[in-house]
Amino acid sequence: MTIVQFILLGAAMFSVGLYGVLTRRNAVLILASVEVMLAAVNVNLVAFDVYLADQASTGQVFALFVIALAAAEAGIGIAIVLMIFRNRHSADVDELDLMRY
Amino acid sequence: MSVGDWLSELANWVFLLLAIPTLVASVMVVSSKNVVRAVLYLVIALAGTAALFLMLGAEFVGWTVVLVYLGAVIILFLIGIMITRAPLTKSVELSEPMSAKVPAALLSFLLFGVVAWAVVQSFDSKVIPLPDEATRTAELGYSIFTSWVIPFEVVSFVLLAALIGGIVLARQDPATPVEQPR
Amino acid sequence: MVASALPLLVFIQENHEEVHAGDGGTLAEFAWLIPVVPMVMAFAILFFGKFSPWKGWGMATAALGFVAVYGIVLTVVNLQDGIVTQSAIDVGQIGIFTIEWGVVVDGLSIMMFFLVGIVGFLVFVYANGYMRGDPRYTWFFASFTLFAGGMLVLVSAPNLIQLIVGWELVGVASYLLIGHYWEDLENVDAANKAFMTNKVADAALFLGAIVMAASAGTFNFAEIFERMIGGETDLATLGFWAGLLLFIGAMGKSAQFPFHVWLPDAMAGPTPVSALMHAATMVTAGVYLLARLFPFYQLPEFAGSLNTIIVIIGAITLFFMGLLAIVQDDIKRVLAYSTVSQLGYMVAAMGVGAYSAGLFHLFTHAFFKGLLFLGAGSVIHAVHSNYMKDMGGLRRYMPVTFWTFLIGTAALVGLFPFAGFWSKDEIIASAYFNATENAEAAAWFMVALSIAGAFITAFYMMRALSLTFFGTYRGTVEPHESKSIMTIPLILLAVGAAFTGLLNIPGLTSVFTGWVTTRAFPIMEHHFDAPDILLIAIVTPVVLLGLGAGWLLWGPQRELVHTTIGETDDISAPERQTTVERPTYSVPVLTPILVNKYYIDDLYMNALVRPTMGPIADATVWVDDHVIDAVPNLVALGSKQIAEAVVVIDTNAVDGVYHAAAGLTGATGRFLRLLLPGNVHQYVALSFAGVVAIVALFIIF
Repeated sequence: MTIVQFILLGAAMFSVGLYGVLTRRNAVLILASVEVMLAAVNVNLVAFDVYLADQASTGQVFALFVIALAAAEAGIGIAIVLMIFRNRHSADVDELDLMRY
Repeated sequence: MSVGDWLSELANWVFLLLAIPTLVASVMVVSSKNVVRAVLYLVIALAGTAALFLMLGAEFVGWTVVLVYLGAVIILFLIGIMITRAPLTKSVELSEPMSAKVPAALLSFLLFGVVAWAVVQSFDSKVIPLPDEATRTAELGYSIFTSWVIPFEVVSFVLLAALIGGIVLARQDPATPVEQPR
Repeated sequence: MVASALPLLVFIQENHEEVHAGDGGTLAEFAWLIPVVPMVMAFAILFFGKFSPWKGWGMATAALGFVAVYGIVLTVVNLQDGIVTQSAIDVGQIGIFTIEWGVVVDGLSIMMFFLVGIVGFLVFVYANGYMRGDPRYTWFFASFTLFAGGMLVLVSAPNLIQLIVGWELVGVASYLLIGHYWEDLENVDAANKAFMTNKVADAALFLGAIVMAASAGTFNFAEIFERMIGGETDLATLGFWAGLLLFIGAMGKSAQFPFHVWLPDAMAGPTPVSALMHAATMVTAGVYLLARLFPFYQLPEFAGSLNTIIVIIGAITLFFMGLLAIVQDDIKRVLAYSTVSQLGYMVAAMGVGAYSAGLFHLFTHAFFKGLLFLGAGSVIHAVHSNYMKDMGGLRRYMPVTFWTFLIGTAALVGLFPFAGFWSKDEIIASAYFNATENAEAAAWFMVALSIAGAFITAFYMMRALSLTFFGTYRGTVEPHESKSIMTIPLILLAVGAAFTGLLNIPGLTSVFTGWVTTRAFPIMEHHFDAPDILLIAIVTPVVLLGLGAGWLLWGPQRELVHTTIGETDDISAPERQTTVERPTYSVPVLTPILVNKYYIDDLYMNALVRPTMGPIADATVWVDDHVIDAVPNLVALGSKQIAEAVVVIDTNAVDGVYHAAAGLTGATGRFLRLLLPGNVHQYVALSFAGVVAIVALFIIF
């Protein structure tokens, strides 16, 4: 197993997630796309950790942190989406244009 | 290494077996017209990554993915979808119109292209030396609580903040009278 | 005067150090209070008079009372020991001249303190009654007290500067008081006339003071005399001009011909003012000046032939002004011309060197002329009119006024033993002595006119007396005697008029002479050992003739009674209207001349006043507007142009910078606004682009 295949997988998933963030209108789906991007990052980290046979398993530790933070961020993100929905009765981000000139 | 050589290894077939669904699922996440299906595709994508972790011997990380992501975050997303009254059937309103999708797609391809080219240039055929046994959780734990204790504490703070913040943000406004059932 | 000039000068040079007099001690040390108290009180009345119980009268009379008492005490001490002292404080320095302010306490100034204090006090008491009900009561007393203060500053001045200050102060007070009833334009004109006439004379006064001080190098009198005698001055050459100019100044204040025109018009002021200022004190300031400078005037080396001029002017004034009193119907004007005439006596006396005689006449005149004016005021107050055609027979209604007026008249005309007899006769005697000793034509002129003047004085006073107090009452208002606050001063002044003559009987008492010659410099004059019987024998019948002629022409027996029967329906009781009048006599050429006051007023009006008011005033205004104001106008115009230019620069350049900056900021804002759309996706795209850029930077560098 080469390292390249994992990096390519990670890059692909990251790009797909980016496409999703830029494209999706539903706020929850944007957050889902962000999860995809974070998953891609995790793949990359763990792959490198195993590739480099790190004694301190730095990559895996980092991946754990990323997972924890991703969970926290998803939680806050959903809370915010809920608040916005309460206010605007819509989860469509294109309707959040009050700051537009 | 050529593609033929690569394909001759059994591990690489397993890799493909896991990676392709993961990739396809993530593409479906970003392009499905059904909200619920998009979230479920996310489940598949995340599960795929967990399996890949297991394959690499990072057992703890893999099972953590299953527990946290698939056990909690996905539930959260589903709750979010339900509360925001997302259309539960097919809907075209979930994505930007084509005029926005094209530049985004171009950007994504560009990003992938650049990274792929750079990576291939650098790492060409370097092989991952799979360890004989999986990463020991005890070593992982030891590493967290000695080398990485400070980030660990910081992350715990962040989680605490997220916990409190989530509660504060999402609760009902106390001034708003809640309708009492008579 | 003395026989020849040289011994006098030498005598004085040798003897002037030996002045036998004390220095007055503490009394003289505090003599500076005498002018200061009334001056301060004048301002106190101005500010606080309205709140005081007597509305300022009490304060004013208290100040004069203080001066009177102090004056009496100083007089007593002076008569015993003699006081000759002066004290001064330095106020400033101009070049070589030191300006001082102080008091001279010697016989002459003590005499003036006494006079101003006593006569002033009595007049102030009288004025309480006379001015009652006047709307500007407090202001009147403030100005009157200011006058008293100014007069005292004048007579206590140790130098020419302070004398001029006092001179001007009394001039201002005179202006204010003559114009007291300023509602009538006539009164305002009179005040202006007095002030202007005095001002013209004052120009000469200033010049004279400057010439004298420049020649002597100092303004201080004592020092001027010292240096003069020591030969350190230019007064031998310039003395004539200095003395002449100073005399012209004196002529203005003392109403000598041709500066006499203001005094009769000054009768427009209230009677107490006429009594005190225009009879007793202010007008005597000119005579005082001559007396103060007598050490200079008595020396022909310095004064030259000035004395001749002084005598002639005095004599002319004496006689011709007396003539004018004959044709006046206003009782105050009769007394005014009489005053001018008597001032002529005093000035002429100074001219013939009769120093103490002239001052004695000043002294007695203050008493009897003040008395006569107050009496006239009493009469005017009773009949509500100044004119004798509204009077008559008042001796029955106003006995006190009548008897005091009678005593005053007797004193004025010079009947034995009243004051005027002694003082006037002394003057005539001195003039006669001078005439016979020096064979000066001017002195003979003076003698002749004095004797004629005595006749005239008696003539017009008898006319006035008879028209006012004898015969039938011709007025409309029921007359009654004045209140005691007015009659008591009359009585007291009458006592003075009666008995002050005894102060200086030639050969018997020379109290007054001793009094006023107690000075730092010896006064050389002839002392008479006995009254000149010859002169008395000539003058007394002349006076009696005058009185008789007056009685003959205007006595009550000359009354004309016109009875007219008015129209009425009742034929048994016809209405009788009776008018009484006294005859008016008209001499073909003389009367018009006299009535028009020798046309002098007309001359001044047409030659001086109208040209100044008209063309000269207009020309001055034109010059002021176009020439003098041209500079400030140009400056203003220039400033305006500069201001406008500045505005343009400000609006365009300076503000332009601001506008440009604001515009730039606005444009930048508008541009930057476009970077942050409200679209979430674009935010993400932009931030991602930023991240990529940073990463790229890291990689490349």
